[in-house]
Amino acid sequence: MYTDLVMDHFSNPRNVGEIEGADGVGQIGNPVCGDVMRISIAVDDEDRIADVKFKTFGCGAAVATSSMVTEMVMGKSLTEAAEISNKAVAEALGGLPPNKMHCSNLAADALHLAIQDYLVKSGREAEVEQILTALPKVHAPSSH
Amino acid sequence: MKSVYFDHAATTPVDARVLAAMLPYFSERYGNPSEIHRLGREARVAVEQARAEVAAALGAGEKEIVFTGGGTESDNLALFGYLQRFAPGHLIVSATEHPAVMEAARALNRAGWAVDFIPVDAQGVVDRDAYEQAFRGDTRLASVMFANNVVGTIQPIAELARIAHDKGAAFHTDAVQAVGSVPVDVTELGVDMLSLSGHKIYGPKGVGALYVKRGTRLTPMIHGGGHERRLRSGTENVPGIVGLGVAIGLATAAIAEVRPRLEALRDRLARGVLERIPETRYLGHPTQRLPGNVSFTVRYVEGESMLLQLDTHGFMVSSGSACASGSLEPSHVVLALGLGAEEAHGSMRISLGRENTAEEAESFLDVFPPIVEKLRQMSPLYVKG
Repeated sequence: MYTDLVMDHFSNPRNVGEIEGADGVGQIGNPVCGDVMRISIAVDDEDRIADVKFKTFGCGAAVATSSMVTEMVMGKSLTEAAEISNKAVAEALGGLPPNKMHCSNLAADALHLAIQDYLVKSGREAEVEQILTALPKVHAPSSH
Repeated sequence: MKSVYFDHAATTPVDARVLAAMLPYFSERYGNPSEIHRLGREARVAVEQARAEVAAALGAGEKEIVFTGGGTESDNLALFGYLQRFAPGHLIVSATEHPAVMEAARALNRAGWAVDFIPVDAQGVVDRDAYEQAFRGDTRLASVMFANNVVGTIQPIAELARIAHDKGAAFHTDAVQAVGSVPVDVTELGVDMLSLSGHKIYGPKGVGALYVKRGTRLTPMIHGGGHERRLRSGTENVPGIVGLGVAIGLATAAIAEVRPRLEALRDRLARGVLERIPETRYLGHPTQRLPGNVSFTVRYVEGESMLLQLDTHGFMVSSGSACASGSLEPSHVVLALGLGAEEAHGSMRISLGRENTAEEAESFLDVFPPIVEKLRQMSPLYVKG
């Protein structure tokens, strides 16, 4: 049901953990739904993602998409990172089973929330809409 | 890497003796039991011998056994077949039924039947008072599973059947998980109908049976040539039926030897998991449970991720998490025990079979705690305390 690449990211997840004193933190999902993802980022002076780490409660797809998104955005500019979609993460993994596309494929959303958190914390709220064109709606348990 | 199969409640390997008995009926003795020539008669004899074996294993009469395409079909035949001749009334099932009964009950509900889903206590035992009080004047049938497939709890079937009869209703039990694991005698139980399946007892997939007590009137769901005393038309699955007959005889005869051995393994695994991993909870009844069922929850981690990690280490288990079941909801059985959804997502089931060993259990107890620790370190819900 999972591609070899999904299993590789699940079994050997990249960038697990939390950045101490992170510049931005984004969390999405709900334990009731069975998936929670938290992504923390460190941003350098040139608006690039200098470090990124994740913590995820969830199934194989949830862990693998989290791991994959950290690899995809490491060293990228905030604008580039903001353009990465959940779909792009799934594609980078060689696809996910159809039933995993909805509830377990939220890693890019968590990343976008982390970028938003960074912008707000650093007094750049005005740029949120400009950089993040597709901010996720935070899922409530009742939506499932 | 050695592979360890801990998922016998899902299915079992076909016993070599069962397979050997089945094989001639594919190629040499391929006759249709409805034909009166030699090949047809041979097949008929084989089917009737299997019927006698199933009947003997259950303490039933041969005419009380109907062969079906599996446990799900048996359950559907019991519910739809029995209720067909009544005007829509009332049906009682437990809250922890297998989907084969649960969804059949929901379909009946859509067809106008009132359905009560009787709650269970924290150990999975049907609430006796709620059950007794649920009966109404138009209650036609109660269906409660013998032993639960997820948490292993064994219900007091004889008592529940007696209550149903006192209230004027018939009683069916899904005994798919119980047959071959614990003694099942339809006379002692006093049930009107009982479902069983071949592939849970080291027999083939695609074959099952329904015990129908003499005098219990059913309407067929599958119409055709009138096979199985008109209750299940379609040319008999002769190799499968032969396999079921041999399998049920072997499994039933082995209960006295296998059961205590599995219970010891089960209790060792349960104790080991609870002792070695903090914040785990044993699910189901401590003693009134299937000999091979070890079911528990692990906080802060999700079931499918545990299952996949164990798989990469060679251990095949099952999970009641939403992801592992392919739905968005965690197991309705685990929720029915009163657990929250978050904890239910971390449920796991080991189901042992007769080929499992103490070494495999010890090996699991060595491999599993570091897997949980790794996943907890990855979990945003986990705060080491």
